Amino acid sequence: MPKRSPEERIRDFNEVALGYDEQMAVKEASRCIQCPEAPCIKGCPVGINIPKFIKFIRERKFEEAYRVVKEGSPIPAITGRVCPQEKQCEKYCTLAKLGQPIAIGALERFVADWAKERGVHVDLQQIDKRSERVAVIGSGPAGIVFATDLAKLGYDVTVFEALHEAGGVLVYGIPEFRLPKKIVREELAYMKDLGIDIELGIVVGKTVSIHELLEEYHAIFIATGAGHPRMLGVPGENLNYIYTANEFLTRVNLMKAYLFPEYDTPIHRGRRVAVIGGGNTAMDAARAALRLGAEEVYVLYRRTREEMPARREEIDNAEEEGVKFIFLVQPTGFKGDSQGNVSDVLLMKMALGEPDESGRPRPIPTGETTDIQVDVVINAIGFHPNPVIPMTTPEIRTDNRGRIVVDSDGRTSMRRVYAGGDIVVGEGTVIEAMGWGRKAALAVHKDLAIEKKLSIAVHKR
Amino acid sequence: MNKVLSKKVLASNVKEIDVYVPRIARVAKPGQFVIVMPDEKGERIPLTLVDWNSFEGWIRLVFLEIGVTTYKLGLKEVGESLYYIVGPLGNPTYVGKFGTVIIVGGGVGIPAAYPIARAFKEVGNYVISIIGARTSKLLIYEDRIREVSNEVHVTTDDGSKGFKGFTSDMLANLLESGLKPDLIWMVGPAPMMKSCSAIAKKYGVKAVASLNPIMVCGMGMCGACRVTVAGRTRFACFEGPEFDADKVDWDELIKRLNMYRKEEQEALNRFRGALASIAMQR
Repeated sequence: MPKRSPEERIRDFNEVALGYDEQMAVKEASRCIQCPEAPCIKGCPVGINIPKFIKFIRERKFEEAYRVVKEGSPIPAITGRVCPQEKQCEKYCTLAKLGQPIAIGALERFVADWAKERGVHVDLQQIDKRSERVAVIGSGPAGIVFATDLAKLGYDVTVFEALHEAGGVLVYGIPEFRLPKKIVREELAYMKDLGIDIELGIVVGKTVSIHELLEEYHAIFIATGAGHPRMLGVPGENLNYIYTANEFLTRVNLMKAYLFPEYDTPIHRGRRVAVIGGGNTAMDAARAALRLGAEEVYVLYRRTREEMPARREEIDNAEEEGVKFIFLVQPTGFKGDSQGNVSDVLLMKMALGEPDESGRPRPIPTGETTDIQVDVVINAIGFHPNPVIPMTTPEIRTDNRGRIVVDSDGRTSMRRVYAGGDIVVGEGTVIEAMGWGRKAALAVHKDLAIEKKLSIAVHKR
Repeated sequence: MNKVLSKKVLASNVKEIDVYVPRIARVAKPGQFVIVMPDEKGERIPLTLVDWNSFEGWIRLVFLEIGVTTYKLGLKEVGESLYYIVGPLGNPTYVGKFGTVIIVGGGVGIPAAYPIARAFKEVGNYVISIIGARTSKLLIYEDRIREVSNEVHVTTDDGSKGFKGFTSDMLANLLESGLKPDLIWMVGPAPMMKSCSAIAKKYGVKAVASLNPIMVCGMGMCGACRVTVAGRTRFACFEGPEFDADKVDWDELIKRLNMYRKEEQEALNRFRGALASIAMQR
């Protein structure tokens, strides 16, 4: 997919990838061999009929292609941009074995953007309203799919969001240059079209309890995600300008600190920035720091490039833009100046050992140390599930890592309460969370139908 | 929703507003706080709940106009709405029957001490309040504090009212004179709480401090409010805001509170300039 040049793009927060034009899309779609077994669909957590929409693109029936995509993903302009297709649909593409898989993500994005530019909407079918009311906690990827799926079935759906904008990680976490917020807002407008009520500024567990919600709603879906930062637990981690990735990205993305002082939320613009971690969040933070004017941005990772969990594409983007990688190092502490501002990251050099439970080689301290001078540090080592609901609702069973325990359909230990996405799996992707939303929506639909039948049977007697 | 129902100027640059938010008023408890944004471009800032009425659906907030966000809040007139309010956040104060409880409130922290003093008194504690300000003109909420205390001691830095000195000096005097409280509860500027904490420790009295770090999310997601307590990193928003005072790393908290001084000043100058040019055009 065409991208803006690194020299140009690091000067602003505008989107990096430019997307296909019609000609490129048709050309790419024409490579699809339409294999009858369609292994790509198996790789899609929301089951988009991929060969069908690609065939429509080839026939230049873009509107029809859009309808097919939208059936699977209610937010195709977003999933087309942020899904790790190389680990999903594109991984299973028959052509992958022969060399280059079809660029399914790029094609999905193309049809979504095409439809948006032309104002094409999916006609909302007249659906019979059901009397059952369903509450969704969290308006991120899992909540969006769950809410739209049930609204399409006629349920009365209310989404509760704690922040001042809907979208969850799509608005506070993923930066503008990877996912423009205008696109998120446009995609979420579809929820309003479906009649879904989104209530902002409500922390379930604080403003209202799960028990209270159960009195008003027939079912509740918890999709509060994994947004509680993991700390390093080393000396000096609370020195000034050591950010968690979530604070750094929330300031930049949700609060628009990159536009300070037009927007009121400040961010410390570092000259030498260290980002700790090797995932997509680390790449997002590093690239955002560059755009805020940093001269040097270092990604510090305790294993090597091969083990980095970030998408290859994002690592390449970061590298093209000038982010430097230091591998096989682990922070052991931070030093600061007299004002309490961070000045150095102290590092232990690591070596790779035997594979650990994740299957990756375990990093082992070598005893050799080093340090680098910095004025901003961003901790992107990972997240825990959000603690508020588990803390305030002990009836909902969690595991030793704070994740809500569910059965394969998303049912929790509390009756009529379901959960899915990162609050259940820990740290997954946007599309995996969406898959959970779909699964749980089906379970709710089924359970409520059974309950209705039973209650009718009881009434008859 | 989020509508300003009434507004009072308590002192120079100190304002009190009642805001209509029934969902928060319904469940608010002493010691909890809210996060507010005055407008779409605003910052998210924490403000302690000073009072609330679950029947009428309002909450009361008091703030010192010190930065752009608080100035913007102060410009909201009765009938106008705040862009966003979320809460109640944080853990409520543990209000037990201890016996004698000293409540220390400094500056704009005094209104935050009010619901706490009230709650402690309601359950039968003997409440001694120490309230202090730089000067008598900045001393707010004295009458309200008197309503909910058995004894009140007033201090001003310049001696324009009450005892000349800091609240911590008054606390030291009381403890030195043989008073043996069962609990000291404090809220106010971090340096004040640091001093009071040291005094409480010296006399072996359990002390609880309500911390006021910089916050962004207020619900455990960002960690802007990190504090070190007993050597461990804690998030003041969802694990606090109250901690054992003598376990808090006060110097770290004070430094963290100053982290954005330069940016805050820059934003404020710009904001004042914009206001001045609007005033000129009129």
